[in-house]
Amino acid sequence: MRLPAPRRITVAQVLPGLAAAAVTAVILGISFERSGDVGAVVSFYTSFLTVAALLAIISLGLNIQWGYTGVFNFGVAAFFLVGAYTAAIVTKAPATAGFENYVGGFGEDLNVVPALATDQWFPFLVALLASATICGVLAFVLSIPTLRLREDYLAIAMIGVAELLRRITIEEHGLVNGTRALGGIPQPLSGLTSNADYKYIMLALALAALLLVFVALERGVRSPWGRVLRALREDELTTAASGKNVYAFKTQGFVLGAVIMGIGGAMFAFQSRAISPNTFTHFFATFLIWTMLIVGGSGNNRGAVLGAYVVWGFWQATQLIQTYDLPSVIALRISFIRDLTLGALIVIVLLLMPRGLLPEERRVSIWAERQVRRLRRPPRDGPDAPAAPAAADEAA
Amino acid sequence: MSTPDAAPILVVDDVTKAFGGVRAVNGCSLTVSGGSITGLIGPNGAGKTTLFNLITGFLKPTSGRISFRGTRIDGLPPHAIFQKGIVRTFQIPRELKSMTLLENLMLVPPAQSGERIWNPWFFAWRVSRQEEAIFAKAMQVLEFVDMLHLRDEYAANLSGGQKKLLELARTLMCNPQLILLDEPGAGVNRVLMKKLVTDIERLRRELNITFFLIEHDMDLITRLCDTVIVMSEGAKLAEGSAEEVKADARVLEAYLGGQYR
Repeated sequence: MRLPAPRRITVAQVLPGLAAAAVTAVILGISFERSGDVGAVVSFYTSFLTVAALLAIISLGLNIQWGYTGVFNFGVAAFFLVGAYTAAIVTKAPATAGFENYVGGFGEDLNVVPALATDQWFPFLVALLASATICGVLAFVLSIPTLRLREDYLAIAMIGVAELLRRITIEEHGLVNGTRALGGIPQPLSGLTSNADYKYIMLALALAALLLVFVALERGVRSPWGRVLRALREDELTTAASGKNVYAFKTQGFVLGAVIMGIGGAMFAFQSRAISPNTFTHFFATFLIWTMLIVGGSGNNRGAVLGAYVVWGFWQATQLIQTYDLPSVIALRISFIRDLTLGALIVIVLLLMPRGLLPEERRVSIWAERQVRRLRRPPRDGPDAPAAPAAADEAA
Repeated sequence: MSTPDAAPILVVDDVTKAFGGVRAVNGCSLTVSGGSITGLIGPNGAGKTTLFNLITGFLKPTSGRISFRGTRIDGLPPHAIFQKGIVRTFQIPRELKSMTLLENLMLVPPAQSGERIWNPWFFAWRVSRQEEAIFAKAMQVLEFVDMLHLRDEYAANLSGGQKKLLELARTLMCNPQLILLDEPGAGVNRVLMKKLVTDIERLRRELNITFFLIEHDMDLITRLCDTVIVMSEGAKLAEGSAEEVKADARVLEAYLGGQYR
């Protein structure tokens, strides 16, 4: 039955690397061609990578919700927005009235021990915590009515919630400064370097946050906890018949995903320094993230990260093309053409590789895998080859 | 056959379930004795599966009471009923398709510390010890149902009969007291069926598990069951040994619609 496969490299094996390499080449190539200056390319690529890493965090959050728990959240923007705005109003100085009008502004109060340079890090830590907590609470509250809905209704409800929150940021003038946007958001550890070099610090912070989230999630999903989540995604009734509290676990997956989106949103606010309601449109803050997860491979954390990199690269490349002297027929319509190409990308991926660049792997919990490996280990006096996976008696 | 305890383990008392105007279960009362293998038969639409859904909490009764070992369980959610020691299988197997057999089984044991997210994050050793035990148990159960070689296979790739066996295997992962089997024999070939019968008898004998099973195959019923309950139109029609029930005129009438009277 299971014959030893000849060692041939398949397209599916090289495609993930190929896609990442292609995106990198295009980004570096165009930016070098346009500027002719290595320094400018490095600078551009650094901020590109930073944003990609932050969007990857949000994509990982969505992966927990959709890829593992099967909760069809089509309102990623809701948590992205709340995370970013929370971080902004926690770290900023109080509003000085006049042009600025927002609540919060605890930045200066949070410089609790100036001797330890707390102004450089403490407010940001508090902001991350606040973003995560508020997104978690929001998700919990939303889960009460929505998680009992069938998944398509849940998606519709979440679209509504995201748009509602965005409208609130616009209409409630005193809350987060409305459409005048929140600018001058402080950045963590900004005192360490000059303004020009700060982007490297931000990149390091973004990658560190991504790594932390990634490790936590990998450990989470490859545990009995993750096993229940995946079971839920497969079949809720069976999971209930296996004695699991379906609703409780669904809520946990939804809330954890939202917490991670909140962290990503907060970091995004620090990176971009200015956020406005227009940042968190469905297109950017929900659809783009979904594209990342689908292209990368839902149900695979590495896929979520790769997808974020590839899709963000694709999206940026289509923007870089605008710097060329395009015929006016195209130039006038370029923003719509960009949207169109992203739509085309998602359709192509769904048709050709519906499970994404890095499909979900057949992996059990870390501990179970350890046991399986122990069994597979050949006896000491046996041949070097790994034990055959019992192919002979599979014929039945 | 061992003699079942006289004490009823499960009591269904005047239970009704209405879906709009249709009363799928209509004033049904029956008892299942501890340690018995009790069969539940009846024509299509008699309400057998609905009754199972009511007992296991997948549906809430419109009226009536269900008790297990003297405590009421109607209205409890499915996982709470599972924790009391009642597990079930589904008539149409509902395997977790893109999970391996091993995972399908390792999911089941109750009170896994690793199901609390902070344990895998911060207290890995607790999870580790428990996973070892659950893994060993899963291997044991896989061996029992003779599917050890399929351990790392996706459940979706099993044959129909193997999926039925997986349903049974799942119930063995949690030391149940009462197992409800919904047509365990349907779609299972003769050889596998014989094995199923031996397995069920062995489980009852060795672990004193009570079985309550829906089945259309009278052969299987006759071979396996101490008591057979006949349901018709949402209520109990008759009860007795397989031979008694087969000879009962009312049962024939319920099945055949009365034209052979």
